[in-house]
Amino acid sequence: MTSLLEVRNLKTYFHSDGSVVKAVDGVSFDVRAGETVAVVGESGSGKTVTALSVLRLIPDPPGEIISGEIRFAGRDLLSLSEAEVRKIRGNRIAMIFQEPMTSLNPSLTVGRQVGEPIEIHQRASRKNAWDKCIALLHKVRIPDPEQRANAYPYQFSGGMRQRAMIAMSLACEPELIIADEPTTALDVTVQAQVLHLLKELTRETGAALVIITHDLGVVARYADRVNVMYAGRIVETGQTSEIFNNPKHPYTVGLMNSLPRLDGDVRFALQPIEGHPPDLANLPSGCAFQPRCQYAVDRCLAKPPELSEVNPEHLAACWVDLNVTA
Amino acid sequence: MQRYLVRRLLAVIPTLFFASVIVFLVIRILPGDAVDLMIKSSPFIENTEEMRRQIELDLGLDQPMHMQYVRWVSGIIFHGDLGTSLIRDTSVGAEIAERVPVTMTMGLLAVLFALVIAIPIGVYSAVRQDTLGDYVGRSFAILGLAVPSFWLGTMVVILPAIWWGWSPPTRLVPFVEEPLRYLSVFVIPAAILGASLAAVTMRMTRTMMLEVLRQDYIRTARAKGLEEWLVVTRHAMRNALIPVITLVGLFIPIVIGGTVILERIFVIPGVGQLLLLAVQDRDYPVITGIFLVVGVFVILVNLMVDLSYGLLDPKVRDQK
Ligand SMILES: Nc1ncnc2c1ncn2[C@@H]1O[C@H](COP(=O)(O)OP(=O)(O)OP(=O)(O)O)[C@@H](O)[C@H]1O
Ligand SMILES: [Mg+2]
Repeated sequence: MTSLLEVRNLKTYFHSDGSVVKAVDGVSFDVRAGETVAVVGESGSGKTVTALSVLRLIPDPPGEIISGEIRFAGRDLLSLSEAEVRKIRGNRIAMIFQEPMTSLNPSLTVGRQVGEPIEIHQRASRKNAWDKCIALLHKVRIPDPEQRANAYPYQFSGGMRQRAMIAMSLACEPELIIADEPTTALDVTVQAQVLHLLKELTRETGAALVIITHDLGVVARYADRVNVMYAGRIVETGQTSEIFNNPKHPYTVGLMNSLPRLDGDVRFALQPIEGHPPDLANLPSGCAFQPRCQYAVDRCLAKPPELSEVNPEHLAACWVDLNVTA
Repeated sequence: MQRYLVRRLLAVIPTLFFASVIVFLVIRILPGDAVDLMIKSSPFIENTEEMRRQIELDLGLDQPMHMQYVRWVSGIIFHGDLGTSLIRDTSVGAEIAERVPVTMTMGLLAVLFALVIAIPIGVYSAVRQDTLGDYVGRSFAILGLAVPSFWLGTMVVILPAIWWGWSPPTRLVPFVEEPLRYLSVFVIPAAILGASLAAVTMRMTRTMMLEVLRQDYIRTARAKGLEEWLVVTRHAMRNALIPVITLVGLFIPIVIGGTVILERIFVIPGVGQLLLLAVQDRDYPVITGIFLVVGVFVILVNLMVDLSYGLLDPKVRDQK
């Protein structure tokens, strides 16, 4: 089965004050048509930078895509001209951003902004785009869409704005939607509604969905496959059920232990991973997770582990065999 | 919006009151005495104590200061009367009214010139941050700030006169008869005055654009596949120019200060020239009249700026 999106050995670095921040350092993953793939990792692990790289939206300077390949529907996005990439952005690949409060333009109406992709990619008149936008707002269950389309973002709650963002992303019926922590900034009750809506609508339109999150609960509920990111690399990847039942990387295990459990005593179940993520401009030798890893051996300091197959479709980058050690 | 409007209008009243008190007092604190000057400069007035008292009585200068103020203000409010010139015996209001259109034309042209030049350059500088174009734009801005307009004005009048025997037009023809020729008189001084304003505007525009271009919603606009010029014009400029508009309010005092000098250099009969004459003559009513008119004007322009700010920012506009 060929993939809709194939990212190969992507490296995106930032230059700041003479040092190089290796925000994404050799990331590879696939997204197949119609599936939901999660990217999980702590803050600063390079999730947003990965997503922005796919759309070629890395601010340059200070950022730069150093190397790699991003094949979308058979074409390498990194070798396209800016004009060709523009035809893909918002049209065939749409993105939903992390911050609903600041990601909408405060001085344009919500309706105008939601309809804008239609205006530019389908060369629709403003009137036409507006009508389609009302239908989209209806679809994301914003009450009274004819009225609300005329409102400005400040008149919307966070959840409503994120619904509007979803409507905007769906506008041109893209094949791929990248949702960058779409609910992190929202109330817990609203989070579930928004994610549910997103999942339902992508299923309806057949769009593939990349959910970026640091919440394994979200992964378990919505993703077919998972990529676990740490310090700019993917350290484990596989089917969601496989990763949950048979995690092979100590970082993945750590993430799971830090997940509140419904069974058992919360006090004992919650074990956040000790220590801090490394400085991406000054990575430790060997495996980037080694300073925080309770299983680390000499080999981990000497040489960074490559992703290797655990089971078909399940890869992990760790020198230690947890089953033997634990 | 209506509440906002009413609140803004009410706030103007105390401002006007304080402005009028200051205008009234300042001129009376300054050294120098109009009565002295009148007596000295007129061969028909004898320099006696009696004569002096008579003049003071005529002008109401024998009254206590607060009574003088009340008389002055009620004259303005109830009769629209700014008083009479001490020297020329003409109505201050009429003298000012005659010259206001001249100074207004000059100021408006200067501000227009500044905005038309500065906003595109500022936007360009921000979009092409740290490129050659940006450096050129910023260098011009620094130049515009560094070169004083009185120097530039003097050079523009003197140098062509020496080199080619040409000097800028100064004779004012009535606007209704030959509008272009009327305006041509103002082009050079307005451009000079506008240059320093343009420098400030350009820097502010550039700063605001850089700030706005870093915002998340600009990234959203790009992620939709918008062309860069649409991102800049539709999504960035609208937000960046709101604060730039407030600058125009701050410009008014600079413009007025500048016109006083430039009207002098270019021999243009505006309010500035009238003010210079009045100060030389210690002609209190004229000076206070001009100050008051200018003060009211500044207050009104700032009010308009505030209101237009409200029109541009949906958050302010929608306040019930
Ligand atoms: N514009 C930028 N300039 C400099 N460094 C950047 C920039 N954007 C990102 N980085 C660096 O890249 C690294 C990865 O950032 P990224 O935003 O991808 O993290 P993330 O995984 O999305 O985290 P979060 O969960 O907090 O969103 C960070 O350490 C950050 O310092
Ligand atoms: Mg992020």
